[in-house]
Amino acid sequence: MINMLILGSTYALLGIGLTLIFGIMRIVNFAHGELYAFGAYFVYFVAVLLGFNFFLSLLIAILAGCILGALIEVVLLRPMRGADIDTTMLIMIGAMIVMQNTEQYVWGGVAKSVSTPFPETPLVIGAFSVSWLRLFVFFAALALIAAAYFLINRTKLGRAMRATFQDRDTAALMGVNIQAIYMATFSIGSSLAAAAGALLGPVYVVSPQMGNIASLKAFAIVILGGLGSIGGATIGGFILAFAEEMGAGYISSGYRDAMGFLLIIAVLLFKPTGLFARSERIG
Amino acid sequence: MKRFLPWIALLALASVPMWLRDPYLLNAFITTGIFIVAAMSLNLLLGYTGQLSLGHVAFFGIGAYTSALVSLGFDVELIGGFRVVHEPWPVWLGFFLAILVSGLCGYIVGKLSFRVRGAYFVIVTISFAEVVRLVALNWVELTQGPLALTSIPPITLGLPGLGYFDFFSKQSNFYLVLGVVALSYVIIGRLVNSRIGRAMVALKENESLAVSVGIDVTRYLVLAAVVSAGIAGAAGSLYAHYLKIIDPDVFLFLYTVTMVIMVITGGKGTLAGPIVGGLIFGFIPVVARSFASPELQWILYGWFMILIVFVLPQGIVPAIEKWFGVGEEARGPGGTEPKMQETH
Amino acid sequence: MGADSKQAQPVLSIEHIAVHFGGLVAISDMNFVVNQGEVVGLIGPNGAGKTTAFNVITGFLRPTEGEVRYRGSSLKNLKPHEVTSLGLARTFQRTSVFQSISVFENVMIGLHRRGRSRLWDTLLALPRERQSESELKARAGEILALVGIERRSRELAGSLPYGDQRLLGVALALAADPSMLLLDEPVSGMNATETTRFMNLLDQLRRLGITILLVEHDMPMVMGVSDRIVVLNYGRIIAEGPPAAIQGNPEVIRAYLGQGARKRARD
Repeated sequence: MINMLILGSTYALLGIGLTLIFGIMRIVNFAHGELYAFGAYFVYFVAVLLGFNFFLSLLIAILAGCILGALIEVVLLRPMRGADIDTTMLIMIGAMIVMQNTEQYVWGGVAKSVSTPFPETPLVIGAFSVSWLRLFVFFAALALIAAAYFLINRTKLGRAMRATFQDRDTAALMGVNIQAIYMATFSIGSSLAAAAGALLGPVYVVSPQMGNIASLKAFAIVILGGLGSIGGATIGGFILAFAEEMGAGYISSGYRDAMGFLLIIAVLLFKPTGLFARSERIG
Repeated sequence: MKRFLPWIALLALASVPMWLRDPYLLNAFITTGIFIVAAMSLNLLLGYTGQLSLGHVAFFGIGAYTSALVSLGFDVELIGGFRVVHEPWPVWLGFFLAILVSGLCGYIVGKLSFRVRGAYFVIVTISFAEVVRLVALNWVELTQGPLALTSIPPITLGLPGLGYFDFFSKQSNFYLVLGVVALSYVIIGRLVNSRIGRAMVALKENESLAVSVGIDVTRYLVLAAVVSAGIAGAAGSLYAHYLKIIDPDVFLFLYTVTMVIMVITGGKGTLAGPIVGGLIFGFIPVVARSFASPELQWILYGWFMILIVFVLPQGIVPAIEKWFGVGEEARGPGGTEPKMQETH
Repeated sequence: MGADSKQAQPVLSIEHIAVHFGGLVAISDMNFVVNQGEVVGLIGPNGAGKTTAFNVITGFLRPTEGEVRYRGSSLKNLKPHEVTSLGLARTFQRTSVFQSISVFENVMIGLHRRGRSRLWDTLLALPRERQSESELKARAGEILALVGIERRSRELAGSLPYGDQRLLGVALALAADPSMLLLDEPVSGMNATETTRFMNLLDQLRRLGITILLVEHDMPMVMGVSDRIVVLNYGRIIAEGPPAAIQGNPEVIRAYLGQGARKRARD
């Protein structure tokens, strides 16, 4: 049960990041999962290998994700701005391959675990016992979700992003700097993915393959929740977590990951705009 | 001159086993050839019809498993208590059934998936492949799961009374694969240079204009999917009977990416593109094995793919053609030589 | 078959067409016919409703009231490609051709519905396939020669000069073997030479018995090719008749001048 909550909240982060990128920039970001893995590996690197404070490492990892996102946008995506969707997709696949194999090359294929400063013994509330770490992850994720919501709906940058989502050309005419918005969007989206990885890494393990599945689950969430809808992505994240727990419980744990894909297929075939898409608005 | 190029290439390749003895290199040729067939089939869907289907490895793997299971036999219990027992059948039958089953899957996936377009289509196709992989991994009763199907018999051709021939040796498999490559080349070539091929290209170019000209979109998309899947299934079958062992890893997204790289770098929408791309990416590991680990190679592939998209977005073959002034564009995808009207 | 022979039933009849957008009346009670072999020009000042009328006739817009009949059968609720298969083809104002494909292949694609071969004929390279292909190639050549761009057969459609691209658009429409053509501002953007070429083409098409309805702004052009002119203003037909009569018609002059006078008064 608590598992579902922490998975749901971190999945939501993953999904919000992608729904922003996919929604505003119309890019099928295959590298999204790699940012997730990057976040996890970065925490491993900073906290375990360099010995920094755990919480500080989390923040640094999120920042690193933001910077990497900006770099990718400037180097790979900006020059190809006018190209069709297939081309950018291929570029992102290339980026995904490079990132994943770099991680494999540098860290090796063996999964790494991240130690945390939380006590081993769980917190007991009445009949429930829950680990401190998981509790922290849940609340941290919620805090980030709230931050994202605030950013999009209450700040000037957010307003500009929403305008670009709705009608790019009009937004440009109104004086919005589309280049800057794209870079901001990709950076923010990437940092959210990195955050999700940084939070989940210590809960499970860190391996080079974690990015693959993460990308596809992120797409499932975006599709479930409707493109560009943060609220939809949040709910979508929880729905996916719920479906996975159910699937793992009732069918078999091997099919846990399949739930996401089955959901994607079902939604796209029967309700392509997603379960919650309010027409053409993000927030 | 250009018309004879395929024949020359074919003869050159056919001579290879006569002077190449190194089994490692022969093996590289064979597996590369199998992937070239798969890449050519993907090209039909991606390059000619313009649909970025990233679940293609599913058809490859379904073909492999179908063929293996048909020739090995199986015994499973379905939901409801029905027991299905299948006795081993001759391998060549497995080959044809692999094509049929894959083609059928192509039909189903096509009919369902083409309701959505663009990025959503890509996601659906990837999801489909992943689901198939997870089924192969978990339905252990049928597929042995991660323990793999082993002792798959090699392809056998023959007629009762005249004797049988086992495609067991590397040499024989080389020629078998070469034959399938050539056959696929001819089939796809005929398809794209026909009225059907024109319709597919029209769909890729400008769908609404194609519709107003009277082209039935769904029909041609599904047709491309069926033929593409069937050929991929054939490649999968060859793979199973050559390696003699198949496990769910055959469904990894990795292999779809391999095929995509081959098609894109070689030149999507050209007949020779997947072959050129396939040869390059099939043999880089061979050349690089002494100084670069697999991860490093893949890192290079990734950069190479990005580079190609930036520098030669049409791929290598069209760039070469343009350089020699032998445009395919001048003739158009139908490859027709227009009759010049003398009078005006 | 000559351009003067009139059938009892008109080829195209527009009956009591009205188009309302909410409270706005774009077209009110439009009635006219086009007879076999005629070239009819639809003109009117900007905002008169010509484009709306055109879209209704070609099935791209549903009228609020009234009916369009083609050779007696109603076009009500038909989709654009269904309208085409009845024999009524149109061209588009913005050029619609397959940009990255050669001119010749463009027309071959346009001839798609004429082809007869099936999948197995193609895969097995049966004689029926080859026969069908050579028929199509011959027909494509004819159409390109008729339209006058066969010299450019091997060039990419997208690299053609604008006037030739419009001609290719007509070629695509002709590939559908229509008995009536609807041309949407066919010479807009063309220079004098291209316009003259186009007028000659229309003449040839008329001689082949194809009925034509065109919407145009270019007065000399439309007066020069049409048998009859229909003038639209504020969604109503204000005049109809041969070009000479229309040119002298005071209501028509007022409609056009009125626009000009109003504009001058505003500035």
